[in-house]
Amino acid sequence: MKATIPQPRRGSGSRADARFQAVIVALASIVLVTALAYSVVLLLNGASAFGREGLGFVFGSNWDPANGHFQAFPFIAGTFFTAIGALVIAVPLALAASLFIAEYAPDWLANPVAYLIELLAAIPSVVYGLWGIFVLIPATLPFQKWLASSLGWSAPIGPGLFSAMLLLAVMIIPFIAAISRDVIKLVPNDQREAAFALGATKWEVIRYAVLPYARAGILGGVILGLGRAIGETLAVTMVIGNANRFPQNLLSPTATMSSIIASNFGEASSPEFVSSLIGIGFVLLVVALVVNFLARIVIARLTPQGTV
Amino acid sequence: MNTDRPIRLQTENVGVFYGSKDAVRNVNVSFRSNTVNALIGPSGCGKTTFLRAINRMHELTPNTRVTGKIMLDGQDVYGSDVDPVDVRRRIGMVFQKPNPFPTMSIYDNVVAGLRLAGEKSKVKLDETVERSLRGAALWDEVKDRLKAVGSSLSGGQQQRLCIARALAVEPEILLMDEPTSALDPQSTQRIEDLMESLKQQTTIIIVTHNMQQASRVSDTTSFFLIGDLVEHGATEAVFQTPKDERTEAYITGRFG
Amino acid sequence: MVTRASQNIQVGISKTLSPARRAQNALAMVLVALGTLLVLVPLFLILKDLFVKGFSSLNLQFFTQSQSEITFLGSAGGFLNAIVGSVMMLAVALVIGVIIGIGTAIFLTEYREHRLVPSVRLMGDVLTGMPAIVVGLVIYGLVVRGLGFGYSGIAGGLSLGLIMIPVIVRATEEVLKLVPQTLREAGLALGLPRWKVIMNIVLPTARSGIITGVILAVARVSGEAAPLIFTAFGNSFLTWDPTQKMSGLPLAVYRSAFEPSEAAVARAWSGALVLVLAILVASLVARFAARKR
Ligand SMILES: Nc1ncnc2c1ncn2[C@@H]1O[C@H](COP(=O)(O)OP(=O)(O)OP(=O)(O)O)[C@@H](O)[C@H]1O
Ligand SMILES: [Mg+2]
Repeated sequence: MKATIPQPRRGSGSRADARFQAVIVALASIVLVTALAYSVVLLLNGASAFGREGLGFVFGSNWDPANGHFQAFPFIAGTFFTAIGALVIAVPLALAASLFIAEYAPDWLANPVAYLIELLAAIPSVVYGLWGIFVLIPATLPFQKWLASSLGWSAPIGPGLFSAMLLLAVMIIPFIAAISRDVIKLVPNDQREAAFALGATKWEVIRYAVLPYARAGILGGVILGLGRAIGETLAVTMVIGNANRFPQNLLSPTATMSSIIASNFGEASSPEFVSSLIGIGFVLLVVALVVNFLARIVIARLTPQGTV
Repeated sequence: MNTDRPIRLQTENVGVFYGSKDAVRNVNVSFRSNTVNALIGPSGCGKTTFLRAINRMHELTPNTRVTGKIMLDGQDVYGSDVDPVDVRRRIGMVFQKPNPFPTMSIYDNVVAGLRLAGEKSKVKLDETVERSLRGAALWDEVKDRLKAVGSSLSGGQQQRLCIARALAVEPEILLMDEPTSALDPQSTQRIEDLMESLKQQTTIIIVTHNMQQASRVSDTTSFFLIGDLVEHGATEAVFQTPKDERTEAYITGRFG
Repeated sequence: MVTRASQNIQVGISKTLSPARRAQNALAMVLVALGTLLVLVPLFLILKDLFVKGFSSLNLQFFTQSQSEITFLGSAGGFLNAIVGSVMMLAVALVIGVIIGIGTAIFLTEYREHRLVPSVRLMGDVLTGMPAIVVGLVIYGLVVRGLGFGYSGIAGGLSLGLIMIPVIVRATEEVLKLVPQTLREAGLALGLPRWKVIMNIVLPTARSGIITGVILAVARVSGEAAPLIFTAFGNSFLTWDPTQKMSGLPLAVYRSAFEPSEAAVARAWSGALVLVLAILVASLVARFAARKR
């Protein structure tokens, strides 16, 4: 019986297994160290910016490449302004869309709408930017002018904080909507039925049974959306105006961390300029990491037992 | 109980652990060549655990441990110089639910073990397919559609395909964990009929919850209770004159 | 679970359906529908503008000429240089993304007992949230400047590949998790070494799902322009040499949008249209691959 099969050499399987495992572990180790490697590379390349300006690099507002001043606070602030503004616009709309898909619409309507929103997420940033410059800004300029004149602001030129917020909102809506929809769909049906059985209206079911259950997931999705908005580059670069200063008002041109890097990189002639841009990249990385960890903590902490 | 046949597998003080919990304790038992051996006992008593310790599948679960010795032809399968891959090649296994490889044809399923171990000869592979499928009493039903995917077969046929797949590498021992529990009575019947012919080629250890099945197909029966081997002996003896009252209680259906 | 919802309800509502509750319910429904409509409006506008403006200046030249071939005598040139660049850089990215991404997914699902699994999973998640521009800057610092390779298609492909990794890891991990454990055990019980079980049983079983994930990952990075600014830089001339500066479709769209020439802007719209169409076709192919098995 035994003799009919050539026995493999003892251990040949295990040795090959060990080699295979070593390769797999090596590949996974690349992922393990990548984030750290990113930080190290950016820190080394941007170190001289921190060296020259010290804390002023992050907290100072004097960005004047012609005279060798590189203080990035206006762009850090600009990043938060645009991202928060975009969230304010995007969250209610994304929530409405996810409720529509998950709770209100019948399947024949919900599926195409969900697909269209997925489509919105698949459009590249640069296409949004193109549309922003040539369609969105001209279309909203009359409104911007009216707003500026009624509030006594200086005349808007089109590109600026407002345009960036609006465009960014359109871009992160599908992202937040997709996460919210998934979370809402995971709410167990007995929660809804229990509420309906008490005579609750559709809205009351959502308000008291569905949303409390899905709250953590939705909030996590919103924070991840914030991370997206913070890192978003080209679309914002194309419509924000890239002025080296704080915005005077909602309509004036300003810049974000990513937009100042992308728009100034080509002109950055001096090593100080380049290292300052990379230094901003390092700050952006840190902010993005913090926001992502925050999202994960929120999801883990706020999730009621037995849910996602 | 066929005492003329040589002992193929023998365990010495075998204990099997999940973490610090011992699921099987101090088992001493031997199985003779070319016999069918039934493991019975109430759910959770450690039959599967013991079976998976024999072909070293148990160690694939993290944080597990096996103590004692399991001697295959006089050699401890847990010996320090023994490769678990070799052990599994010599000790085949059939699972509770049929699990043919979904991406492979019937033919490819049967020769998977050989081919992936490097066998290339078409003649040899063809030969193995026919021999194994005949051995599993499936040949006549599938010989005209060997290229069809394995999952296109009925549940009973799939289980026989899995038996053929295990037979193809000519295992010295074949472990079967409730191989008929997911099947209809007719398919069960066919597989029971198979056992008799299979033991010509190999030694079978089968876990079953079905007392009739155990008494019909097996030469020896081992009764487990909460991790202990309570009784082991010729099937006839165990069923007709059990030595332990717990065995009697179990086989007469008073618990379990 | 039921009781928690019930308690909430009892706090919130009374027994009879008052007109106020009825109105509130209707209002909520209207707002939800209105919000959804507001989400969809920009989508329709973008698609409309993209098709109208994109198609009106799309011609054969777009695919056969490069940006450098623009002349004052009417020829607007095309995006051949950018299309070739995108294809070449995506090929580089694909190699990196597939090898490291699938390898890592295998690690996470097939070697669960390994002590590094939790850390690798965490860092994979961290990479998912990494802005693309950061990756571009890293490759700039490391390869373009650090190693002194200068701007090149390879550097561009490298940055796109790094962006692909977490996407492929996640997609592959999901499908590998769906492969029943009992198939792995069946393979091992045949006396096959673990690596053969993984390569010949687990991966083929998950194949269509993995392909879907990879296609979607390629589609996703094919629209990335930001990292290319710092790595491939852009090149209005056609080149097949990946050690040279290269353009990519999204990068060419970005640059053309700011050119003071109507022909260039029109070409940018065509480029955007072609890019979106390519991504849509890829996603459809991916869906198709996922469905058939
Ligand atoms: N992966 C595991 N981790 C921890 N304990 C386990 C694990 N698998 C099984 N056990 C425990 O080991 C004991 C024996 O289980 P085992 O599956 O071997 O029983 P069994 O006799 O095969 O039962 P059944 O007849 O239901 O198949 C049980 O108490 C079970 O809870
Ligand atoms: Mg069992």
